[in-house]
Amino acid sequence: MEALINMVLLTLLAVVTVGIVRQRNMFGVIVLAGIYSFLMASVLIVLDAVDVAMTEASVGAGVSTAFLLAALHHTKSLEQRPHHAPVLPLIVSLGVGGALVWGTIGLSPFGTPDAIIHKHVAPYFLANSLKDTLVPNVVTSTLADYRGYDTLGETTVIFTAGIGVMLLLRGAARRRKARAGDDLPAKGEAV
Amino acid sequence: MRTDLLLRIGVKLVLPFILLFALYVQFHGELGPGGGFQAGVITAGMIILYALIFGVREAKRIAPQGLVEHLIPLGVLIYAGTGIAGLLTGVNYLDYSRLGHDSQHGHEYGIFAVEVGVLVTVSSTMTAIFYAFVERGR
Repeated sequence: MEALINMVLLTLLAVVTVGIVRQRNMFGVIVLAGIYSFLMASVLIVLDAVDVAMTEASVGAGVSTAFLLAALHHTKSLEQRPHHAPVLPLIVSLGVGGALVWGTIGLSPFGTPDAIIHKHVAPYFLANSLKDTLVPNVVTSTLADYRGYDTLGETTVIFTAGIGVMLLLRGAARRRKARAGDDLPAKGEAV
Repeated sequence: MRTDLLLRIGVKLVLPFILLFALYVQFHGELGPGGGFQAGVITAGMIILYALIFGVREAKRIAPQGLVEHLIPLGVLIYAGTGIAGLLTGVNYLDYSRLGHDSQHGHEYGIFAVEVGVLVTVSSTMTAIFYAFVERGR
């Protein structure tokens, strides 16, 4: 049953990806990207990664769709056709894709409990989370306690990204306004 | 936009439940899936939905832009301050052992404080970015 659900979801993901590549209308691309995120969230639920699925659904399908639509408001909604044949990008993406697939050959098989990554500190976290922190959800105790430094870094990244985006958007608006202000007296002098 | 009666009523009905769900995700994150990040995004999503239907001016009345922009660093400060509190009690940075009457409860309180910091930063950052995009369009 799980294999069937996985097959359906992954096929739909591939269909949506081809749709995104072929679609020239940016509005359609954004809607398809939202669908992609929801499908991805379903895949993550099948993989029992509920926390990640929730993040994917709320960030990928919710907020970023709203941001992309807001960004689309400032630009043209139809993608231009490329001026030259996309041979070089095709070679690069095939090369990178091939390298990634080649990299997976060295990994231990999917879902094996005795993979190296499951033998380092994960057993300690699983066994002692409730005893150490009174928090039954190991994801929460790992993120906020055992790996608190990493989450502090992530929060700082979000902070920095927000400030950066605000500076970019505000700064551009202010420069445009300043330029318009400079132009007016200059014209007045010429007259 | 004023004529979309169905949308306006529907959104008004749904909004409190979105906020309730965000609070559930935040405070139930220790037991079930979720936590500060997801709750923050859901809260920001609620404000963005409100702004889309009722206009940004109305949204800025419930979430004023100045307040939102001040909350961005406040969340990071709450998180980093929890770490400092650990230092002041004589243990390592971000070690919550002595924040409660015993080590277990200290860790529980520490995780709670840290998640509140994440919620504050994430929700205000997302809202501020949305405001910045809308402002640019004027």
